[in-house]
Amino acid sequence: MKPEKARERGKKMSDIQLVDAPAGVEGSGFFATRLDKAVGLARSHSLWPLPFATSCCGIEFMATMGANYDIARFGSERPSFSPRQADLLMVMGTIAKKMGPVLRQVYLQMAEPRWVMAVGACASSGGIFDTYSVLQGIDEVIPVDVYVPGCPPRPEAIIDGLMRVQELVRNESVRRRGSEEYKELMAKYGIQ
Amino acid sequence: MGIITNQGILDKLNARFPNAMLEVSEPKGLLTITTDRETLPKIVAYLKEDASLAFRFLTDITGVHYPEQELPLGVVCHLQSMALNRRIRLKAFLPLNNPRISTLTHLFPGANWMERETYDFFGIIFEGHPDLRRILNMDDMVAFPMRKEFPLEDPNRRDKNDDFFGR
Amino acid sequence: MTTFLEDSEQRDITTLNLGPTHPATHGVFQNILKMDGERIVSADPTIGYIHRAFEKIAEHRPFYQITPLTDRLNYCSAPINNMGWHMTVEKMLGLELPKRVDYMRVIVMELSRIADHLICNGILGVDSGAYSGFLYLFEEREKIYDIFEEICGARLTTNIGRIGGFERDFSEKAFDRIRQFIKEFPPVMKDFENLFNRNRIFIDRCTGVSPITVEQALGYSWTGPLLRAAGLDYDVRVLEPYSSYEDFEFEVPVGTSGDCYDRFIVRNEEIWQSLRIIEQAMEKLKKEPEGVFHADVPEYYLPPKQEVYNNMEALIYHFKIVMGEVENPATEVYHAVEGANGELGFYLITDGGRSPFRLHFRRPSFINYQAFPDLIVGGLLSDAILTMSSMNVIAGELDA
Repeated sequence: MKPEKARERGKKMSDIQLVDAPAGVEGSGFFATRLDKAVGLARSHSLWPLPFATSCCGIEFMATMGANYDIARFGSERPSFSPRQADLLMVMGTIAKKMGPVLRQVYLQMAEPRWVMAVGACASSGGIFDTYSVLQGIDEVIPVDVYVPGCPPRPEAIIDGLMRVQELVRNESVRRRGSEEYKELMAKYGIQ
Repeated sequence: MGIITNQGILDKLNARFPNAMLEVSEPKGLLTITTDRETLPKIVAYLKEDASLAFRFLTDITGVHYPEQELPLGVVCHLQSMALNRRIRLKAFLPLNNPRISTLTHLFPGANWMERETYDFFGIIFEGHPDLRRILNMDDMVAFPMRKEFPLEDPNRRDKNDDFFGR
Repeated sequence: MTTFLEDSEQRDITTLNLGPTHPATHGVFQNILKMDGERIVSADPTIGYIHRAFEKIAEHRPFYQITPLTDRLNYCSAPINNMGWHMTVEKMLGLELPKRVDYMRVIVMELSRIADHLICNGILGVDSGAYSGFLYLFEEREKIYDIFEEICGARLTTNIGRIGGFERDFSEKAFDRIRQFIKEFPPVMKDFENLFNRNRIFIDRCTGVSPITVEQALGYSWTGPLLRAAGLDYDVRVLEPYSSYEDFEFEVPVGTSGDCYDRFIVRNEEIWQSLRIIEQAMEKLKKEPEGVFHADVPEYYLPPKQEVYNNMEALIYHFKIVMGEVENPATEVYHAVEGANGELGFYLITDGGRSPFRLHFRRPSFINYQAFPDLIVGGLLSDAILTMSSMNVIAGELDA
């Protein structure tokens, strides 16, 4: 490789964008900010997704994991196939009524804080399958944070959905999960 | 092995099972024979065993429901003879109150799930089937969803206001 | 297979629930396994976790609205399903298509066969512990998706074509992309084969895993690459040519033992044959009159929109087609195409109405998968995973 080209590439390699620090007070040798912000920053860039892929959208998720789109750039480096170690439940594909209890079980097994993303028309609303056997949207059994439209959504849309979850995570108060409001939401789904 | 036409197959079947061919047609060149429920498994066995016909490949078994007919439930199976490169379609119709027909699983192990699916959708009971349970729908379902009277959409839904859809 | 099973003193049976959300099952299949150590004693599969009632929906939709449903059967190779459905309806209506349309269809179908086999073989690599192949192949698969996107605007669930032809001609850019793909794909595929075909670890991992004889495979009504890997050269494209497949020269690869390795090799070879077919089709297209992309059947093929607004006849046909006033014969049709997983059949009964009276899909995944318990019993658990991915069972096609 020519030296200037190597230098160019080296420059590119070092041109990694760092996340901006949250607003805070800075002085010599210290930096103070709200705990919420620091925690949110850390959480939002290390979301471990649990891909609950049932059908077509799962294939698009595979494309998102692949080299071209590379979801790892957003901190979702490690798809966690165990619900115990996952932060984000990505429901991709049709959820039939037979599958509903299984999905709920997986959600219950996840530890707080947990987020849910409904990818695609089927997971969001049942999509084109308005039939006796399909659950009309997973929000009938578990609470959902972000809906991604599309049948199936393009990988860009899935990444956009992930970035919106990151946005939610970044701005979430550390007290939210203990609040009355949250308990009410859970009670609505019959989750203690 | 010479080329056997649809007529040739039909002649052989007529010779073997006289008066069992209730209706014969040839839509789009595919020999279609309607018979009764006692004869259908025998015909399938004969077609499979006969060396000159060799219908050794079971393509599919499915059901169909004609609510207006006297015998409303139908079993349709498609067989293929790779040696002759021909397909054949066999049908038998069953009454609604006693939809029983004997199984084909002893001839083709692959018939197992096809028959389970047909049972699941239409409630047709295949006698002698090793494990006749529902396969796609939930085990606690009581209706048979592919029958014509069963609604497509979930009747228990309350979030849909039909006034807005002109239904 | 081993004395472990027979030796009753050492037997200690554990029940293991594999699925329906197990990551290695690529979809939603549940298997309740009885295990003796690492060996499988018995397996009880449960399916239906994404049963979506396709056949019931199809009875309530006009013919042209069923194409999106077929997309979602085997979503890894949606165009084959689309084309199969169009051809079924055309057979029912008795339409003859121009050769150019047939060749365009062949190109689309073979591209999607490649895409499907790429997924299957890439995932087989992942399951046997070689992640790199997956990354190689998925990059190429994106290129196929780019071609589809250029042709129809969608990537995965394509909804390509109409009854009677295509909705529009392939653009020049689409042809460029196909030509580029034919040129750039073979070296990558070669690399992939070099990584796997003679790889000691991969061969040891895959040979002898869940072998099957031709008789058994026929008994289970297997078709497609699985049957061919067992050693029977059954291919719908050859025996009952549709869409002018009789004009093409290609070989049907067969295996000998039907094990995972044979399936892998057969699929790889089919990718090469598909490339050959696409090359021939591109040559043949040059000789056909340009700009023909549908049959001249105004009563079944939707007219272009500006015609609808400016031309009385077009308006009438448009109205009739959309409202389902088209005259359909009351008949029954069985049409089969060679899907990526095997014979994909459409059994259509019409009563002259706007939607099918009954539509049944012969879904190869559903029929192939029932042999799964028999294949894995007596083997290791890790081999069961490999068997499943080499069978390429697609949940959408399995559960319909």
